[in-house]
Amino acid sequence: MDETLTQPISLEALRAGSRSEFARLVEQYYTPIYRLALKMLANEQDAEDVLQNTFLKAMQHLKDFEGRSSLSTWLYRIAANEALMLLRRKRPETSIDAEPQEEEADLPRPELFSDWCCLPEQELLSTESKTQLDFAIQKLPEKLRIVFILRDMEGLSIKETGEALNLTETAIKTRLLRARLALREILSTYYKERIQPEP
Amino acid sequence: MPHEHEHDITCQQLLASLGDYVEGEASEQICREIERHIAECENCRVVVDTLNKTIYLYHQSAQSTSVPQGVHGRLMQALKLDYLVTKKG
Repeated sequence: MDETLTQPISLEALRAGSRSEFARLVEQYYTPIYRLALKMLANEQDAEDVLQNTFLKAMQHLKDFEGRSSLSTWLYRIAANEALMLLRRKRPETSIDAEPQEEEADLPRPELFSDWCCLPEQELLSTESKTQLDFAIQKLPEKLRIVFILRDMEGLSIKETGEALNLTETAIKTRLLRARLALREILSTYYKERIQPEP
Repeated sequence: MPHEHEHDITCQQLLASLGDYVEGEASEQICREIERHIAECENCRVVVDTLNKTIYLYHQSAQSTSVPQGVHGRLMQALKLDYLVTKKG
């Protein structure tokens, strides 16, 4: 790997307008930002639009970045907003704002109890299975999907996910558990057929 | 889960603590209670195991997602940084 990619990004150089330092920032983060957008939107062209808008906005607003969160969290925040705005343009009801009634509602009880953990890894992560994973995540409401993508797919901490989405850690934890339980149910429907093949 | 058991915690209580448990943030006492519960409640054991597997699979799947050819080049052009990069997809 190119050594320049592994060196920490200098915020000072970015603020001073260094084009080469901004290019290093792009190199370090364009893959996870694209991935976030693709998993959120399930459309390659939309994901590319979000990717470009994220870095264009980052370039424009670097002077406003106060360093209260990390640069990566800041980028994820811009990308999440861009993705949600694009979804909102397509479906105006989209919102990630807290909805107290839903946050406090009982968790859905699990209904499927097939133990598909024993399936071999090549079955669990086959091309067909990965398509199912993508299909399942699109079934989540946007406000659960974005939390799940940031925490469980991109590996942000609960705190970082909260900072990226401007939500409390409690709200993140609640949404995360709802998302995980919902995905587990959908995947259980799919994988149980693999452990109980039709005769 | 279909019924309650005579354990220290119920299936519903386990569900409420599951987030912290999976995150590794549950207290030692809660962890012990959950582990005692799932040793006797097969449905809850399956839920815990398949929930952990669900998280694992999505993480693995994400890490193998690559950026299509041309996306990087068009990004650098849009940012007017392409003169700094000579080769990439």
